[in-house]
Amino acid sequence: MTSPLQKKLKISDSSVVTANRTWDGVVVYRTAAKGWSADLADAAIVRNSDEAKALLAEAVADDVGAIGPYIAPVQIGEDGKILPGNLREQIRRDGVTIDLPV
Amino acid sequence: MYAYDEIDRTLVNERVSEFRDQVQRRLSGELTEDEFKMLRLQNGVYLQLHAYMFRVAIPYGTLASNQLRQLAHVARKYDRGYGHFTTRQNIQFNWIKLSDLPDALADLAEVGIHAMQTSGNNMRNVTSDQWAGVAPGEIEDPRIWSELIRQHTTLHPEFSFLPRKFKIAITASDHDRAAIKVHDIGLRLIKNEKGETGFEVLVGGGLGRTPFIGKTIKHFVHGRDLLSYIEAILRVYNQYGRRDNIYKARIKILVHELGIEKFSREVEEEWQHIRNSSLQIDDEVIEDIRSRFIYPAYEKLPHMPDELRQAAADPDFEAWRKNSVAAHKNPGYSIVTISLKPIGAPPGDATAEQMDALADLADKYSFGEIRVGHEQNLALPHVAKRDLPALWKALDKLGLATPNVNLITDIIACPGLDYCSLANARSIPIAQELTRRFANHELANLIGRLHINISGCINACGHHHVGHIGILGVEKNGEEVYQITIGGRADESAALGNLIGPGVKFDEVADVIEDIVEAYLALRERPEELFVDTVKRLGVEPFKERVYATR
Ligand code: HEM
Ligand code: SF4
Repeated sequence: MTSPLQKKLKISDSSVVTANRTWDGVVVYRTAAKGWSADLADAAIVRNSDEAKALLAEAVADDVGAIGPYIAPVQIGEDGKILPGNLREQIRRDGVTIDLPV
Repeated sequence: MYAYDEIDRTLVNERVSEFRDQVQRRLSGELTEDEFKMLRLQNGVYLQLHAYMFRVAIPYGTLASNQLRQLAHVARKYDRGYGHFTTRQNIQFNWIKLSDLPDALADLAEVGIHAMQTSGNNMRNVTSDQWAGVAPGEIEDPRIWSELIRQHTTLHPEFSFLPRKFKIAITASDHDRAAIKVHDIGLRLIKNEKGETGFEVLVGGGLGRTPFIGKTIKHFVHGRDLLSYIEAILRVYNQYGRRDNIYKARIKILVHELGIEKFSREVEEEWQHIRNSSLQIDDEVIEDIRSRFIYPAYEKLPHMPDELRQAAADPDFEAWRKNSVAAHKNPGYSIVTISLKPIGAPPGDATAEQMDALADLADKYSFGEIRVGHEQNLALPHVAKRDLPALWKALDKLGLATPNVNLITDIIACPGLDYCSLANARSIPIAQELTRRFANHELANLIGRLHINISGCINACGHHHVGHIGILGVEKNGEEVYQITIGGRADESAALGNLIGPGVKFDEVADVIEDIVEAYLALRERPEELFVDTVKRLGVEPFKERVYATR
């Protein structure tokens, strides 16, 4: 398997590093404080490939904390709020788009 | 039901403690994810978008009521109160925590259930007809042979590191309910002129990125040679299968590249070396397995009891009976299909409450047995006809009596972008909208048998290629777009569908399907001509015109 660090990186917009927390699988975002948070608002924002690579490298190194880290697009709202950059990330943040059976 | 022996129980329990240890080492950091990934996959644990997903095997689709109750318990205790039945006689839990998994596995092991070989590049759950052992006209219970293969291949080192996953399905009826033609190996149980049991063997079927319908490699393999013949196929695959390229690694690609003639010569040669080895199956082995399948003590009951005659006055009961009740080999009994496709709900989901209640109903009305089929529905295999009205009332209360089996709202759909990390587009909301559009059962009945299959990406877990109408979600410029095929089928006349034209947007899918169905109703020669047959007769063109003329 190719390590996420070897993949080509092309970042033009604001991005975050996201993964799933190891012990329970919950969606988490890499924070500036070198930790993970389940809240997108806490995510560290990167704006170019070098920043993204550095943040990803740090995330990959914390393999006990979270698994499968990758760079995901976000949008920054007018109020500075961090919003998911595509439908997939929106679903990861908000949960399924359907009613659960229970 | 099948009675497992001590060897099975020991194996399953050892596996649980092994996995408990592995999870502990993973959580403490002793194992990295790279090291752990294969171990978790070997125990059915995937990572999805929001959480881990846990896939549990239901060998040949047979469940005892206590096993179903335990699945309900796992759903309630470790997940969010429901489970999802898949197209390969598995159940999946979508929200499970890694730290809870060893306990969940241990709870399942108490009732002989496990998750071995539900993922990874090994021999997967050997599936079979959900009506096995009760279908009228069946040659022999195909589960005997599924079980033989299960015993031989479970944790077998030669089959644990194949180039890619490997799936086998078996049927013993004329009508193929196990979709054997889209499996790596499909087995059709038959008898030869001498009355001996054997198999027509198909190979190289599969869907995904490169779909193929399986081809017959041998018209008759004697039952005693089944294991050696399968092993010969697997050896040829192990030797030549493309380990270098994940997209070319399935046996279907090898069969296609070598050609079925060359492939079968290779297999034949390999087989001659091993067919008279210890792989030859003694009659006693088969007898032993056969004796472990315990059939209920059926009573001699009337074919048309008073209860049934009286209930026939209720049109709702009749609608359900005509749709969901099938003939049983014993005329006093019926096979009842339980639709897990209520209008507006995700296909294949069942809540813990429904599972518990169904387990109770199985105890009361079906000798404690439940079946799981590849269409993501369940069945009660041994219901006395006199009990049908009472069973129907109880199922209706649970929301499990939607009379839509095999109709347009009986949709097969994969989890899609709502759950799956590989998805390009959502599947479930499309299925939900379609069930609402065709919620009227009279309309659905007028349309007749019509299978819609939906996949959220090219991996084709929703079998879209073989849906009468297939819907495949793709992504285009960040938007969900759906490609629609028609004319596919998954049964004994399996065929791949043909694309009707350019993809359509999320909001348009249901309209397009309505157009296709309207075109069919106008074009069919008579009401009995099924949708697929009309497509076969006329081709894609008239449907395409109808759909794109106004778009
Ligand atoms: C979200 C978890 C899932 C993941 C990650 C997943 C992944 C995959 C992948 C990668 C393949 C293609 C393999 C290949 O062609 O070599 C595949 C095939 C398949 N999946 Fe899934 N799947 C998931 C859920 C499901 C579900 C819920 C079902 C049943 C409804 C299902 C049924 C199947 C079937 C029947 C195939 C075989 C298609 C074939 O014959 O090639 N999968 N899956
Ligand atoms: S078809 Fe694609 S989206 Fe659907 S479950 Fe399979 S891998 Fe996921």
